[in-house]
Amino acid sequence: MIRLTRDAIDYTALTEQVRKGDCGAVVVFLGTVRDLTGDCVTVALDYEAYPGMAEKKMAEIEADARDRWPVGEIVLEHRLGRLEVGEVSVAVAVSCPHRADAFEACRFAIDRLKELVPIWKKENWADGTTEWVHPEKSNHG
Amino acid sequence: MKVLLFARARDLAGEDAIEIDLPAGATVAELRRALAIRYPKLAGLIERSAFAVDAEFAEEKTPIPATAVIALLPPVSGG
Repeated sequence: MIRLTRDAIDYTALTEQVRKGDCGAVVVFLGTVRDLTGDCVTVALDYEAYPGMAEKKMAEIEADARDRWPVGEIVLEHRLGRLEVGEVSVAVAVSCPHRADAFEACRFAIDRLKELVPIWKKENWADGTTEWVHPEKSNHG
Repeated sequence: MKVLLFARARDLAGEDAIEIDLPAGATVAELRRALAIRYPKLAGLIERSAFAVDAEFAEEKTPIPATAVIALLPPVSGG
């Protein structure tokens, strides 16, 4: 399942959600707000999405992962709004019968999410300035 | 047609959406050129943005249906 939320991501509950009797491996990836980018100090990040399309692309990533690996359960969740340093912005939890598949499926899902899902972050720097993050390399594909 | 704006594009324009007149059947490439001319402040970002037509990434040669929902998508940075 996929979810956009403005609340704190409950990664314990999300991990429990993917655990299954026929899956011997659970991999969880958490993306968290980092305090430094180069020499610049981050106070907070603001995340926004193009909601209908973001959810659609996340659902496609879930379907692709299920096609490619023997996924028992998978959850992709992304938080929107203001996040302070250390908070969880994104979580991907995957269960599979064996660990190699679970690692690969989780890596695939977070990589595709970062490439394809229309979500943007704005840096709130310690000096009071702000800056939308739009990477130079074109991300769509 | 109306084009939805996000992130830096919205901040630069000062609006959530902008209007642009294009002939019926215009392509994404034509929309991209027309927007850059009409909104020069956005031109640099438009050049490296994608467009969504009805919530799907659109290719340059795609004709835009008259009733489509169009969005300008600057390079994404979720995660």
